[in-house]
Amino acid sequence: MEGFKNLINTIASPTILFTATMVLFFFIFPLNDWFDKWNRRLKLHLLWTKKAMIIAALLMAGFFLFGLSDPDFRSIVLKPDNVPISGLIFLVYFFTWLSMHQAYQNDERLENGEKVDEHYDAPNDKALVWPDLVYVEFIALILCSAFLLVWSIGLQAPIEEPANPTESPNPAKAPWYFLGLQEMLVYFDPWMAGVVLPSLIIIGLIAIPYIDRDPGGSGYYSYKNRKLSIALFMFGWLVLWDMLIIVGTFLRGPNWNFFGPFEYWDIHKLEALTNINFSEYIYVKWFNTGMPNNILIREIWGILVLLGYFLILPPLLAKTWMKDLFARLGSFRYSVFIVLILIALTLPIKMYLRWMFNLKYIIAIPEYFFNF
Amino acid sequence: MLEKFRDTQFYKSIFRGGGVPKSRRQRMMVVLNSVFLHLHPVRLPKHAVKLKFTWCMGGLTFFLFLIETISGILLMFYYRPTIEYAYTDIIDLAEQVPFGIMREIHRWGAHAMVITVWLHMFRVFMTGSYKPPREFNWAVGVILLLLTLLLSFTGYLLPWDQLAIWAITVGSNMARATPFFGYEGPGASLLAIGDINFITMASDARFALIGGRFMGEAALLRFYVLHCIGLPFIIMIFMAIHFWRIRKDGGISTPV
Repeated sequence: MEGFKNLINTIASPTILFTATMVLFFFIFPLNDWFDKWNRRLKLHLLWTKKAMIIAALLMAGFFLFGLSDPDFRSIVLKPDNVPISGLIFLVYFFTWLSMHQAYQNDERLENGEKVDEHYDAPNDKALVWPDLVYVEFIALILCSAFLLVWSIGLQAPIEEPANPTESPNPAKAPWYFLGLQEMLVYFDPWMAGVVLPSLIIIGLIAIPYIDRDPGGSGYYSYKNRKLSIALFMFGWLVLWDMLIIVGTFLRGPNWNFFGPFEYWDIHKLEALTNINFSEYIYVKWFNTGMPNNILIREIWGILVLLGYFLILPPLLAKTWMKDLFARLGSFRYSVFIVLILIALTLPIKMYLRWMFNLKYIIAIPEYFFNF
Repeated sequence: MLEKFRDTQFYKSIFRGGGVPKSRRQRMMVVLNSVFLHLHPVRLPKHAVKLKFTWCMGGLTFFLFLIETISGILLMFYYRPTIEYAYTDIIDLAEQVPFGIMREIHRWGAHAMVITVWLHMFRVFMTGSYKPPREFNWAVGVILLLLTLLLSFTGYLLPWDQLAIWAITVGSNMARATPFFGYEGPGASLLAIGDINFITMASDARFALIGGRFMGEAALLRFYVLHCIGLPFIIMIFMAIHFWRIRKDGGISTPV
């Protein structure tokens, strides 16, 4: 048992968990035809069968039940405000399965020249709102109310000690739905993690329909014809949002150190880390000259790297790997799309730079609070 | 007995038409004649009444909003937004009020609402329902998502316990790093004439959010007003647009 718990603690560490997810993700949610081919070859499309769902749900439930026997797991999972996140894990899995299940079924129908499940002959195939829809809504309302009542009677809303501005808890956590943002604080400064990135998430979401304008695949579940948009959305939603929330809630303890799900939150756990800026790498480690005084000279390398990333990479991709996409979107839409994607990718990139090289900032100008 | 009651002048005066709606025409009139039901169209494509297509998440989000409103109004009877009383009022609420689960309903309902909004958005994405002509309604939906999170965030402070103020401290500390408008944000020092900074600890974005340099009385009042009046007012306007646009954009999305 202890061996199993240690194993889980080890593979839950962000480096391993995140790397495994990154490697597998686009095989599970194919980004293009190449990934789709491997998806079939590796039989990953079987994930969306009913059998796979039942097995996965049982495994997840089994893991939770087993975990509850462990005091450290119990203390974090049963914290009243964390209960919705356990629910979220199951719900997100189930609805991901439900949509992908229907999408793959519809893809198969389309391939066989049949109509999709949602097809209807307007205006003949219509249902009346009264009673057909009203009773579905009515039952949903009753079930929802009953569920909420049971939850409210069974679990008291948390109330801790009276507020004391001089005594901060360790760790101090934001409400759970913002923990993905708080997790980003490990890799970015607050102006990025707390202001710029959240704003870009909102802007990016609003931009979706203006970038993906292909009228196909509207009004029914499908995957094959929408690979790129669904795979990218799934990556943002499942990995960069939900997974970071789960890590931030369950796996971050005192001093925002990482703790496995079966690990005691030891406040004295030490993680000696000296993070080094890109400019220090260049001037101190490579040139051996010491840091220059002029800010611009000091940070020019990081600025060049970022300029290259945002100004040279997009046209390069437009000429090569994303040629078709560029032709379809046109230069303006393509620019917006690629800049949003590249900014989103700075998060995983910075994660790996941190884990592999202890890199702190690519551009570090603390004099003007400008660190990236 | 019920049949007879349905035939009375009293019943007919409330439900126009009266009687049990049996014919197709009568059933259509039920929807058309009701102020609540006529948010719906009269007829729908048949997949639109299937749970496996809709997941019912948008409807449940609206329902949870109503539950939050009602339980929130009840909570306002017991709660005073001052540092002196806020915490003790919450304790009182738990210990003195008979059948006191309103705070539980309000809190768990709020968590549930955040989740249902996300899942609704996920469903809309997976069915491609954001595509023309519904792109603007998708944008309205994103705003509603943001407002839901802000409503939940502002409510989080109100119990004024350790959990509340430190969660909000973590959140609102971000504001002081706002580019240009936070006193620790990049570019803030550019907004200055000579030696006079316009963006200081007492004039930046964080100050505007919590009404002071430190988390205190003003922050509690601001969050209370935003939570109970400000944000609900804004979200209701956007909800009206959202529902209206669903109908105007052709109802639930269908395969072309």
